[in-house]
Amino acid sequence: MTNNVLDINNLTVSIGKTPNGPKIIDGISIQVRERETLCLVGESGSGKSVTSLTVMGLLQKGSLRPTGGSVKLVGEELLTATDRRLRQLRATQMAMIFQEPMTALNPVVPVGRQIDEVLRAHTDLDAKARRKRILEMMEQVRLPQVERIFASYPHRLSGGQRQRIMIAMALVLEPKLLIADEPTTALDVTTQKQILTLIRDLQRDHGTAVLFITHDMGVVAEIADRVAVMRQGRLVETGTLDNVLRNPTMEYTRNLLSSVPSLVPRPARPETKEPIVLEANDLGKVYRERTFFGQGREVVAADKVTLTLRKGRTLGIVGESGSGKSTVARCIVRLIDPTSGGVRLAGREISDLSRRLLQPHRQKIQIVFQDPYRSLNPRVSVGESIAEGPINYGVSRADALKRARELLELVGLPADAVSRYPHQFSGGQRQRIAIARALALDPDVLVADEAVSALDVSVQAQVLELLDEIQKRLGIAILFITHDLRVAAQICDEVVVMQHGRVVEQGPAAEVLTHPKEAYTKSLLDAAPGRGWDFANFRPVESAAATA
Amino acid sequence: MSIDSLPESSIPITRPLRPRFGFLTSTPIIAAATICLALIALITILAPLIAPHDPVLLAPSQRLKPASAQFLLGTDAFGRDLLSRVIYGGRVSLLIGIGSAALSIAIGLAIGLVSGFFRLLDSVMMRVMDGLMAMPSILLAIAVVSLSGASIWTVLVAITIPEIPRVARLVRSVVLSAREEPYVEAAISVGSSLPKIMWRHLMPNTIAPLIVQGTYVCASAILTEAILSFLGAGISPETPTWGNIMAEGRQFFQIKPSLIFWPGLLLSLAILSINLIGDAARDALDPRMKQREGK
Repeated sequence: MTNNVLDINNLTVSIGKTPNGPKIIDGISIQVRERETLCLVGESGSGKSVTSLTVMGLLQKGSLRPTGGSVKLVGEELLTATDRRLRQLRATQMAMIFQEPMTALNPVVPVGRQIDEVLRAHTDLDAKARRKRILEMMEQVRLPQVERIFASYPHRLSGGQRQRIMIAMALVLEPKLLIADEPTTALDVTTQKQILTLIRDLQRDHGTAVLFITHDMGVVAEIADRVAVMRQGRLVETGTLDNVLRNPTMEYTRNLLSSVPSLVPRPARPETKEPIVLEANDLGKVYRERTFFGQGREVVAADKVTLTLRKGRTLGIVGESGSGKSTVARCIVRLIDPTSGGVRLAGREISDLSRRLLQPHRQKIQIVFQDPYRSLNPRVSVGESIAEGPINYGVSRADALKRARELLELVGLPADAVSRYPHQFSGGQRQRIAIARALALDPDVLVADEAVSALDVSVQAQVLELLDEIQKRLGIAILFITHDLRVAAQICDEVVVMQHGRVVEQGPAAEVLTHPKEAYTKSLLDAAPGRGWDFANFRPVESAAATA
Repeated sequence: MSIDSLPESSIPITRPLRPRFGFLTSTPIIAAATICLALIALITILAPLIAPHDPVLLAPSQRLKPASAQFLLGTDAFGRDLLSRVIYGGRVSLLIGIGSAALSIAIGLAIGLVSGFFRLLDSVMMRVMDGLMAMPSILLAIAVVSLSGASIWTVLVAITIPEIPRVARLVRSVVLSAREEPYVEAAISVGSSLPKIMWRHLMPNTIAPLIVQGTYVCASAILTEAILSFLGAGISPETPTWGNIMAEGRQFFQIKPSLIFWPGLLLSLAILSINLIGDAARDALDPRMKQREGK
């Protein structure tokens, strides 16, 4: 057992100061060996982040406390180590990279100096040697123009570059253990792929043990040697990647895997001759920076976007961050005003209507937002939130509240939830409430702006199912904006691929997602993590189908 | 799957994020401040019942008497009972404190909501606010009082005006960040009118910071009123206010320091209590402050 870099044995972590407080982590045991990547998988609230913070000794003082078990790093007990010793161990023996590199870096210090701080604190190297070391490390994480980036502030760098800086900082002292807490979740798929490859390569060169925390089965399939599945603070299953993906023994793991949407598009629905409900013609949005002296910088967020959506169909807009997909959605719902082009809603041009004239048309198009925790007013009861729209359009309060109860049942929540407040619901339930609110106005078009991206896979699957069912029942048209090709493959009839504000490729989902014509679409599909696995059927996708 | 099941029905149906007043007794010091302020308020409200003498009755034969059974704190230079004057003096101070807090919050809230939501009005309003903030508040108050004559109401207005910009800016900043919240955009897309959005979705966010700001405005208004009176620019000298009593007592400080001591003590106690309560309110209503204490 000498090559166990990290040995967590029967660890429990509880809330509060008393030993009998509720357990967040309940008796988990994990080992990570040298040169090995262990993926800790679980849905939100499963305790995977708490586990990593316990190892690093970064638990919030006073609220969470390890109450039992042991955590050994190369044989040294960490739970009883002094703060001083832990400080020494961090960076030299163990290091961590976080999900959001922008908040993990200090915005007012150049990145080179931030890496330098680590070296200054833990080594006796002089300034010149340190600089040389840092530049070497930056080359190793494949940053371009290292001299320039050395002196750059974090906001000058892209998300991927920032994450590379974080990795360089973590690995500069060659720690034995690297903890990566969802390091690619905030990144685009193509960047994600690069970062995953980078971590793999660095691990091979340095022999680091990696504890990789993620909720994304695709990422697991890309990077893991072994997998540990967590649920509600307990370890459900551990095993080699192949074992867990092929022959999951526990019910929970099976459910988790079968919830992962497949990249293979669902069977196409027959073409319809239903009327067109939504049309965007040459839609454009340019952000102008106003300066005191005339024209400032211009940013084209959307350029000549044309799309049509028929009743009862689902149109997906896919693209990476900054591709303009959300801008298009917001222009269509008129949360922002397009600078050119037009939007026709049920045959009526709405892009040039004033706020007042737009009012009667608003109810025909409704939007569901990404973040279920922020899209419901925490101070307004669920029923009132849902009833707000109908009341605005002249429905009496009593009728609107009655309708709210029906809608809650339609989205799979008990009708008496009307009197509760949003904080009493989970993320998936809140998203159901947001959908109920959007449906309260009987819209022709439902715009879902990354509506399932913030949800756990199992919940995601349920919400997608709900949307599908609602579409079948009400004949509503859905404009589905997502960065996730898997989700797009499962719900969309047609897909629009966007890049830099322009439409790159457009067509039936089955066509675009299996036989892409454009290089950009191909690269997106290539970068989709875990595309070699058909998770729901516990087997690899036939190589022919994947590369076709 | 059970992951997405409803929370147990035992969870009480509560209105979240509504300011609660439990913090008033959270620590012994805060509790003491609350009791102290309540006592001062009670004494001043019941002044006609409690005060042993008429606070404005002149008795030249009883000038500058030391404390005795008849005059518990002695008398001032005109033979008026100091205790009665101090008790009555608190009425003006508290009235001005609470009145100017309420007034500045009402006006500042309206200005802040409007300028937080309308870009065009914002630049005009905020420049006016900048102008107001550029003037020293005491100077502005003296100018207002001397232009319109001294009475409780003009003093109240004079003290309130310089406080408005601070409240308006606070509200504006809250509104600016809250209007970016998706639930506000959701309200726009379900066709809610602007007044409805402001009242229902934006205004509630400002309540907690306003309660905190209100206590500070209250404390500083009481102090400003005392300063104005002390400078002779405030309410006319025969009306007892803490500031007036101290201003008159100043000339006799060497003979009878208690003329300054007692009103000064009450003034300090009142302001200290209000500030302590304000701090406690901020800690209780701002979750970030709670985290800092690691609770």
